[in-house]
Amino acid sequence: MGAMREAAATRQDGPEAAPAPAGPPILDAAGVSRRFGAVVALRDASLRVARGEVVALMGANGAGKSTFVKILTGALKPDTGRIRLAGREVRLTSPAAARRAGLVPVYQEPALIPDLDVGDNLRLTRTPSGPFLHWAAELGLGAVRLDARAGALPLATLRVLDLARALAAEPDLLVLDEMTAALPTDLVDRVLSVVRAQADAGRAVIYISHRFAEIARLCDRATILRDGTTVGDLPIAPGVEEQAVELMLGGRLSAPAALATRASPAASGPPRLRVRNLAAAPKLAGLSFDLRPGEVLGVVALEGQGQDELFEILGGLRRPEAGRIEVDGRPRAFRHPADAIAAGLALVPGDRADALLSVRSVRENLALPALARPRAWGPIAMRREAEAVSRTIARLQIDTRAQGEARRLSGGNQQKVTIGRWLTGAPPRIFLLLDPTRGIDVRTKRQIYALVRDLASEGVAVLFYTSELPEVPQTCDRVIVLFGGRVVDALPAAEADEPRLMRAAYGLTEGEGGADRAREAAP
Amino acid sequence: MTARPVAARPSVAIVAARHGWTLGLAVLLALLLALTKIIQPAFGATGLEALVRAALPFAFATAAMTVVVIAGGIDLSVASMMAVAGVTGAVLMQNAGDGAGALLAVGAVLLVGAAMGATNGLLIVGTRLPDIVVTLAMLFVWEGVALLILRAPGGAATPWLRELVVGPLVIPGLPPAATALVPQALLVLAVILAAIWLPLRRSRLGLGIYAVGSDETAAFRSGVSIGATKVAAYTLAGVLAALGGLSVTLATGIGEPIPGPYLLASVAAVVLGGVALGGGRGGLLGPLLAVFILRVVRLDLTLLAVDPNVTTIIEGTIMAAVVMAGGLLAMRERRS
Repeated sequence: MGAMREAAATRQDGPEAAPAPAGPPILDAAGVSRRFGAVVALRDASLRVARGEVVALMGANGAGKSTFVKILTGALKPDTGRIRLAGREVRLTSPAAARRAGLVPVYQEPALIPDLDVGDNLRLTRTPSGPFLHWAAELGLGAVRLDARAGALPLATLRVLDLARALAAEPDLLVLDEMTAALPTDLVDRVLSVVRAQADAGRAVIYISHRFAEIARLCDRATILRDGTTVGDLPIAPGVEEQAVELMLGGRLSAPAALATRASPAASGPPRLRVRNLAAAPKLAGLSFDLRPGEVLGVVALEGQGQDELFEILGGLRRPEAGRIEVDGRPRAFRHPADAIAAGLALVPGDRADALLSVRSVRENLALPALARPRAWGPIAMRREAEAVSRTIARLQIDTRAQGEARRLSGGNQQKVTIGRWLTGAPPRIFLLLDPTRGIDVRTKRQIYALVRDLASEGVAVLFYTSELPEVPQTCDRVIVLFGGRVVDALPAAEADEPRLMRAAYGLTEGEGGADRAREAAP
Repeated sequence: MTARPVAARPSVAIVAARHGWTLGLAVLLALLLALTKIIQPAFGATGLEALVRAALPFAFATAAMTVVVIAGGIDLSVASMMAVAGVTGAVLMQNAGDGAGALLAVGAVLLVGAAMGATNGLLIVGTRLPDIVVTLAMLFVWEGVALLILRAPGGAATPWLRELVVGPLVIPGLPPAATALVPQALLVLAVILAAIWLPLRRSRLGLGIYAVGSDETAAFRSGVSIGATKVAAYTLAGVLAALGGLSVTLATGIGEPIPGPYLLASVAAVVLGGVALGGGRGGLLGPLLAVFILRVVRLDLTLLAVDPNVTTIIEGTIMAAVVMAGGLLAMRERRS
């Protein structure tokens, strides 16, 4: 929160901190509503954006942000409401129509066609390749292969290419939905400065994000949605974060319980999980650490430092080339996720689509891991299942209005189901959480922190990778930092301030005792 | 910060990876033809000509199926549409006389094909039912329509049109020996398909067909009109199926209202030709090579006097083996 105030103050004092420009707005949407069957996604949403402005669109998950964005960009038709672009009322009947009107989105999932190469993707949207390459370079991608198949590129690259394509269309209004969610920190910086420059050049940007620090640095105003209604419009100024959270949650927020109930004693005794010299070319190069019962061990790393491989190996999805894994002192080798699960390890993958049965019900999703033991092929005790599932739903406060198919849930609720499916039966002995709070709202995040602490106090050992550094002191007992496939630093979470973690994550702690501490992580 | 914008040049690896499957099929076809020559030393221009003529309807059916499958759909009514087109052609040509009337008949058949394909596409887009359900229903509908047009095999084919797909290619001014090994039917096939496919591949519609098959949401967000693209793909398939039906009529000289064995054969060639059944990947050349491979395999087995029941087992085994080998190669590529 301190960082937020500081950043906001800088923008206020900085030379570019012009007051929100007056004059006619480039976008003026009012009274927009939309329902899906019985579910009202948007009730009365409004948004005004003027030239030269970056406006943040904020709201808890399920508040209607995605629906609103789809309507503004022509991907969905509103039931009621009017949208004016540069003073003229428009009907945006398709994304193509919105694009012609100067309104270009970058959606949360990349919109490049996976089986076409980059060049064909440009031709599809009639984007000239010269400006595209210019923006790609500006955003920090060096040589871009126009003949590379989009589906073969890493997610972060795809998102940046998607943004470069949007910029090359010279949009009057750029709509960015969770643009930075999957990006490594260095690319985030590039993106933020390019986007700010767009606004400063007289264009306008709608910026959707859960990250307050970015909003403080980038945006002029924040428009807040709650339950499908616009409930506030705040200029970015010191103290705005609390106001925004209050508006988003509408007083439903309990105090950050995770911090208050943090009483788990620094876990001692023999480690439950012992990892030694784990190697898998090219990403893992001899990684070692211990994880004790009742401990939450944070893992911090920049993109691609071996964290994905580590979690995949521990979850039984991939085999290491060298190294030892011991669970409760017994060496283990997982050839299949079933082996890992049998050994008490449960993996919550970074992409919830990898875990959920998207067209099956919430009940089936929650019950599957508890019921899918290989030797339990007989009839299912329906009542016991129903009870166990209800307990999980209550414990995680899953919103089950759309329980028929998991894909209809909001992102936050989907994430709760991905986690909850391991808690319906006996809880795992070792819980592997790979960025469980990516792209979800503040309220759900806090519930997940509380749940993690709760599990730890019950004796579960938790390995918790996060891409959001402030989560480390909030949730973890200790933290290890990975760089180049090794542990380069290990420290108590209480000492893990952001600058220290960042330095370590960039591999800058060598020679300052970081390596020694790393060795202590695996005594 | 000041990195100059560069577009990297296509590498040999990328080109090889993209066309490797097609090249492999071409090599396989050449080996099979060589094998045929070994089994039957007399195999030459005549044999080749008969082979291509027999493969013609299969090739058009496969082209129709390829377009639809790339767009992420499947058309089970291909063979039935061919039957409708075949009998329509036979009836019209019987009454059309010899000159320009025959050309009008051909045009009318192509229009009928387009109408049938468009109907398939509009039903799929309009009802939002799965492609496989709609085209399965239309398989029966078109079959009935063909029988309404012609209750029993009949009609006729215009002689000079039949001449087009018979015999070796003759180019005036060149000695016949120079082109003796090129069947005229192959030229007809190549010209027609090139005239349809090459412009399509370079058009926005062609890109749209690949885009819709690859990822419908992403295509929609890129500004592609999903419904119109699907209808266009099915319409094109209808036209290609009509060409297939015509080629049957021209080969036999009469219209046959009962659909031939083209449906499963076209799916087989599409799969063997490296087109992903999920849509978005593949081209036309691979499936066409696959058509000829499957025909040559059948010819070789016949020449070897293999029991026809065993022949189908061998054909199925070859298909599975080739597709699996391709999968293994792709997997190895990803690992390295």
